[in-house]
Amino acid sequence: MAQKILPAALVGILGMVAATTTQASTLEDVKARGMLHCAVSTGLAGFSFIDDKGEYRGFDVDYCRAVAAAVLGDPTKVKFTPTTGKTRFTALSSGEVDLLSRNTTWTFSRDVDLKFSFAGVSYYDGQGFMVPKSLGVESALELDGATVCIQTGTTTEANLADYFRANNMSYEPVPVEKNSEARQNYLAEACDVYTTDASGLAASRATFDKPDEHIILPEIISKEPLGPLVNQGDEQWADIARWTLNVLVEAEEKGITQANVEEMAKTATSPEIRRLLGAEGELGSKIGLPNDYVVQVIKATGNYGEIFARNLGEDTKIGLARGLNAQWTDGGLLYAQPYR
Amino acid sequence: MQGDKTNVAFVAQNEKPALPAPVTTTGPMGWVMANLFSSPLNVLLTLIAGFMLVYSLPDLYQWAIAKAVWSASSYDECRSLSPDGACWAVVSERAGQFTYGFYPEHLRWRPNLAFLLLLVAIAPVLYKLPYRSALLAFTAIYPLIAYLLIWGGLFGFEFVPSDKMGGFLLTMIIGCTGISFSLPIGVMLALGRNSNMIFIKTICVGFIEFIRGVPLITLLFVASTLLNYFLPKGWDFDLILRVLIMVTLFASAYMAEVIRGGLAALPRGQYEAADALGLNYFQSMRLIILPQALKISIPGIVNTFIGLFKDTTLVSIIGLFDPLGIIQPILADPNWNGLVVELYVFVAAFFFIFCFAMSRYSMYLEGKLSTGDHR
Repeated sequence: MAQKILPAALVGILGMVAATTTQASTLEDVKARGMLHCAVSTGLAGFSFIDDKGEYRGFDVDYCRAVAAAVLGDPTKVKFTPTTGKTRFTALSSGEVDLLSRNTTWTFSRDVDLKFSFAGVSYYDGQGFMVPKSLGVESALELDGATVCIQTGTTTEANLADYFRANNMSYEPVPVEKNSEARQNYLAEACDVYTTDASGLAASRATFDKPDEHIILPEIISKEPLGPLVNQGDEQWADIARWTLNVLVEAEEKGITQANVEEMAKTATSPEIRRLLGAEGELGSKIGLPNDYVVQVIKATGNYGEIFARNLGEDTKIGLARGLNAQWTDGGLLYAQPYR
Repeated sequence: MQGDKTNVAFVAQNEKPALPAPVTTTGPMGWVMANLFSSPLNVLLTLIAGFMLVYSLPDLYQWAIAKAVWSASSYDECRSLSPDGACWAVVSERAGQFTYGFYPEHLRWRPNLAFLLLLVAIAPVLYKLPYRSALLAFTAIYPLIAYLLIWGGLFGFEFVPSDKMGGFLLTMIIGCTGISFSLPIGVMLALGRNSNMIFIKTICVGFIEFIRGVPLITLLFVASTLLNYFLPKGWDFDLILRVLIMVTLFASAYMAEVIRGGLAALPRGQYEAADALGLNYFQSMRLIILPQALKISIPGIVNTFIGLFKDTTLVSIIGLFDPLGIIQPILADPNWNGLVVELYVFVAAFFFIFCFAMSRYSMYLEGKLSTGDHR
């Protein structure tokens, strides 16, 4: 019996492999499935977490919901796959997920070597330092000889070494595995300095008993443009990911919000807004989506500013200012390509 | 001299009543002397340990019980109620997620029932009960029942996908499957390794040595990521199923070596006696060799079980939400951000209870089966 099953199974698998070499596009797959597969972080304050109802929430999560709203018209049609720093890229390249939205830094090697396409930058971050005020340090250049809590195996580790070497300073690393571990060590004064992305520092500081006794130094020593990414080779899908992000930003610039989007789709007179919301032209259909997909997206998640304010903004516990992530009109870096 | 009656030698009519043993050798005092203060080194160690207990226990009690907060909706609320006590509220708030992961709430009776039936199914294996053969028949079909209850999809049971499962439910699924399947597979591998048939022996040795030469976490990464490269796109081979297979294979290899140890410990005469009785291979294994070999291996077998049960937490590294993995997203919730110790203490307590119970059962079983060894 077993001798007959094995060859049959092998032939079956090979047949499947042969059949899938002529596979459908990601967009068609997602539509056929009725479900977007999106990889997020297993847990990062403000970006991806699970509330007490078991729902995913956060900045990265909302982007997945926006794409689901664009493609399927329903922000709840997402299957989230929690990934760790180690499993995220294989989950995407193996096709287990359609989209990776997990505060991933856009670097040359990830774009080129790992064969991904970044859809843009959803959050401009950079590595910073946090020190207790009692240390009396005002600038990172005064940190010579300090002990530094640093998460191992991250880009921050390499950035730190580069920065201290470039400035002829020495430091003593206290390697830690996770953010929570770093926090414990830092509060127990096992290290003078805690370094990670500035958003992470602010999020950690917000949870301290006495946040006022700690300062984040002004130096940002690295560029960490975080963004969603898809597999290379399916340009249509990459376009959808890119333009979903762009229209979120564009909607904020044009003052389109979750509350007024339906109203504006009907009454707006500005040709730019009418094109964006699908009241004029056939731009949505050209990308393979319903013509009013932007309305669906904004209705589901709000514009970029609303997503930011809800998950990371100054009214939340994370308490991040817009900073670099403000619109270009407000002195930030957000500059969506024209929608025409 | 003659009239001096008092000078008559005393003759004891019966035994003198025994004096009580010195206080320092019996009762609580004797126990203390024998166990705590029997030598200068022990005196020193006792004093150090006692000092540490006195030093830490009151604070621990204050933190864990006296000043603890049992119900609150956020970490800030905990801190405002009691600034330096434990915040157990997070455990009660997230009890559902800790127990079931994201299993739909209206279907949670199904894993509950599966757990109750699990107790029924393992009882006849662990203890000698009346109607044992009928109960064992139930045990044999239990995996199917559990699968139906937990995943559903047949007979009108709503299907629940694997990614909804997490917490202790996931630990139990992985732990119980690994434990119950690794023992029979391990026995077969151990016998195969001792076999005279070169082909079977080579396969078993190769399998065992390969699995033992690779860390479990590597196998889990293979299960979670590499398999996807080999399988065609769109083939949704369930992640939990992949993990179950890997964990079972891993535990089986270790089990095989433990049992091989038991087989090697049996005197050669036992094999020869079985042959002399005219039993064939399977009869001699079933009736003579395995009962003795397994008895010898009990501590090692249970040791492997306990190790396997604890190893289930490794799945958090490949993004499954076992009790340890689910701590990450809870910590990332702004409501609970900043709280660490309570969650880990809670998970540690859970694992301690289960592993300690397994270890006590193994001691009970050894005592019960070793009657023949007492002379």
